[in-house]
Amino acid sequence: MAGEIGHFALLLALMFALVGATMPHIGAARGNAAFMALADRAILAQFSMALVAFAALTYAFVTSDFSVVNVATNSHTLKPLLYKISGTWGNHEGSLLFWVLNLTLFGALVSWRGRKLPLRFRSRVLAVQSTLILGFLLFIIFTSNPFGRLDPAPLEGNGLNPLLQDPGLAFHPPMLYLGYVGLSVAFSFAVAALIEGEVTPLWARWVRPWALLAWVFLTGGIALGSWWAYYELGWGGWWFWDPVENASFMPWLVAAALLHSAIVVEKRDALKSWTILLAIIAFSLSLLGTFVVRSGVITSVHAFANDPARGIFILAFLAVVVGGSVTLYAWRAPKLAPSGLFGVVSRESALVVNNIFLSTFAAVVLVGTLYPLFVEAFGAGQISVGPPFFEYAAAVLMSPLIVALGLGPLLAWKRGNVSRSVQIAFPALVVGFVAALVLVWRTSGDFVMTAFGLGLAAWLICSVVLEIAHRLRLRKGASITSSLRKITRAQWGMSMAHMGLGFILLGITISEAFTTEELTVMAPGDTVEVAGYDFTFEGVAPIVGPNYTAIRGFFTVYDGDSILTSLTPEDRVYSNPVMTTTEAAIYPLFSGDLYAVIGEAASAGRWSVRLYFKPMISGLWLGAFMMMVGGILSLSDRRLRIGLPTGRKAQASGASA
Amino acid sequence: MAGLKTRKQQRLVVVSIALASLIGASLLILFALGGESLSLFLQPSDVKSRNVAVGQNFRLGGLVETGSFTRLDDGLTFRFAVTDCLSTQPVEFTGILPDLFREGQGVVTEGALDENGVFMASTVLAKHDENYRPPGTMPKEEGQCSHPDDQAAAASYAEG
Repeated sequence: MAGEIGHFALLLALMFALVGATMPHIGAARGNAAFMALADRAILAQFSMALVAFAALTYAFVTSDFSVVNVATNSHTLKPLLYKISGTWGNHEGSLLFWVLNLTLFGALVSWRGRKLPLRFRSRVLAVQSTLILGFLLFIIFTSNPFGRLDPAPLEGNGLNPLLQDPGLAFHPPMLYLGYVGLSVAFSFAVAALIEGEVTPLWARWVRPWALLAWVFLTGGIALGSWWAYYELGWGGWWFWDPVENASFMPWLVAAALLHSAIVVEKRDALKSWTILLAIIAFSLSLLGTFVVRSGVITSVHAFANDPARGIFILAFLAVVVGGSVTLYAWRAPKLAPSGLFGVVSRESALVVNNIFLSTFAAVVLVGTLYPLFVEAFGAGQISVGPPFFEYAAAVLMSPLIVALGLGPLLAWKRGNVSRSVQIAFPALVVGFVAALVLVWRTSGDFVMTAFGLGLAAWLICSVVLEIAHRLRLRKGASITSSLRKITRAQWGMSMAHMGLGFILLGITISEAFTTEELTVMAPGDTVEVAGYDFTFEGVAPIVGPNYTAIRGFFTVYDGDSILTSLTPEDRVYSNPVMTTTEAAIYPLFSGDLYAVIGEAASAGRWSVRLYFKPMISGLWLGAFMMMVGGILSLSDRRLRIGLPTGRKAQASGASA
Repeated sequence: MAGLKTRKQQRLVVVSIALASLIGASLLILFALGGESLSLFLQPSDVKSRNVAVGQNFRLGGLVETGSFTRLDDGLTFRFAVTDCLSTQPVEFTGILPDLFREGQGVVTEGALDENGVFMASTVLAKHDENYRPPGTMPKEEGQCSHPDDQAAAASYAEG
């Protein structure tokens, strides 16, 4: 029954989307307020229907209703409840339904939070959003119905891929989707602004929170995915420049550029058409990511069983969305009112530099990701673009960005003074140089690139601290607490996120260069030294979990003579479906992670083991967390919460409505 | 009028910076794509037909041949053969194999040939889903895999 309700709700949502995508445009064209107001109701109706459909699917998963094909192929009665629920979005059909749910949710949020937006503009935004929803609903209903029935119903399901039965991965897809879909709001705002032919500083103020929210979710989603790869795949890597990873990284880069360029629109009424273009590109890249993931056109180690018909549908949808919006952009953007002015040396220019490097990097990643596709299309055989390409591009493009990032926040708006800013940031420059030189000296010149990375990270982190100190010093005479209170949340958010980037860079640089790895076979009682820590292998024991059995290895780690911790990595064999997974054991220290993996039994009671010491790797997770917190702090800023002051445009449209 | 006072001047500066970065990025791409970062993705029969040089890095994709898997005494070195059902390529790998590694399943390995024609794999790539068949790992002639000659060849390889 739940399946039929869900299916019916999807069809109803499709009808509402059809209404929501057309009527508001007609209303806006004819100046009919009632038609325009339909947009709000239509989006709420779509949201309710998507919610019903999603709830129905979740219900089918939780109750293990195997008469639904999707549940039978992806779930199992013995699966823990969390993974029954996460199984809802852990498959192709369910994940698309989740996409639609989020599209409607964000639409409904725009309708609710945007009460003060001029009706005409809001209805245009919601109509664009409804068009996106319409496309995805058609995709679901025609190629990927999650509510297909199976008769007779099997007694037991196939189970969920055990690698995905993990808390990190249960929340990785929803976070990423929220990020991708959050960018749809920026897209809808951009397209609506193009249709209306007007971009104001107010527009940027409306768009920026949505872009920021999407970026926070993308950051979280990518970080969770990395973290999962780090502890679950058992080779200690966290990023492989795989097409599927790149697919999430490109929108992240462009979203980061977007939320910076929106500041310039807001403050200086400049970079307008560029910001619109970024909003369009950010969402297009999200769609492209979905296409790459779901169509299987690119060889990726990520695995998603795929279907060419779906690929073609997404490609067509991508063509319509990208083609349509870019055409509209080409037609309308030149008509946008001329921009405000700012000096060559100014905060605005620093933000332009940020945008140039971030978007260039995104473009390079795009080329690297799609290059194999082109080579193959021209019959030159299959090739793959490996990590060195991307790492090289990252080093070349991100280094100047980070140098500029240390100075940018110190520059004044409109007209800055480089020598003054350098003067303030000078201690950070010294710290960066000293850190790099010390590393070169200690390693007798073997790690020049590492030293460079370390220097950059030190420069960035210190300059953020100096920037905060500078803000405090500006208010002479005031007590420190009152000065601290004067710093807005948006400013704290910026500092936090920038410092987070510094920690990520620190983590990457140090862990890449100085990871110690021991791959060996050990018998119980053997001790292996890794980076000064002694790992003693105590033996193995079989254990039984809810839907798996495992071999658990026991290691005691000594720091000198004292016991530091014990590590218990597992090699699990899941029963449904039958599959082995590695559960690495990780013990984070301040200086780095102790990491142990147990492999297979070798001869004579010995086991193959892999032991690592990964210095500073926590910088990655800490940095990503700081970025998210920074984003949220900035979102909670009073200016944004009060939200939408009735500006020139609001009054103008209010009069016409 | 000192400095940038007009929109035209400002636009000129922004456009020239953007252009410079675009040219820079293109050069970067050309330069980086020309180097080591580009690796061929080959199946065993391609390896034969192309006469890949010893020591040249490439990715090898195919099925792990049934019955070819052995482990050496050190407990860490594995030998197996990758096949595309036309030709087989012996592979040696030292390390811990990914969870989804199994005979008869698709695999993507990265490494280079040694003097004896053995592919020394530095990484064996994991896949996330057993149902997923990466394009590069599919046999060119799937029907050939059950061909007796092929199995005889496999058997003789296992003996040798």
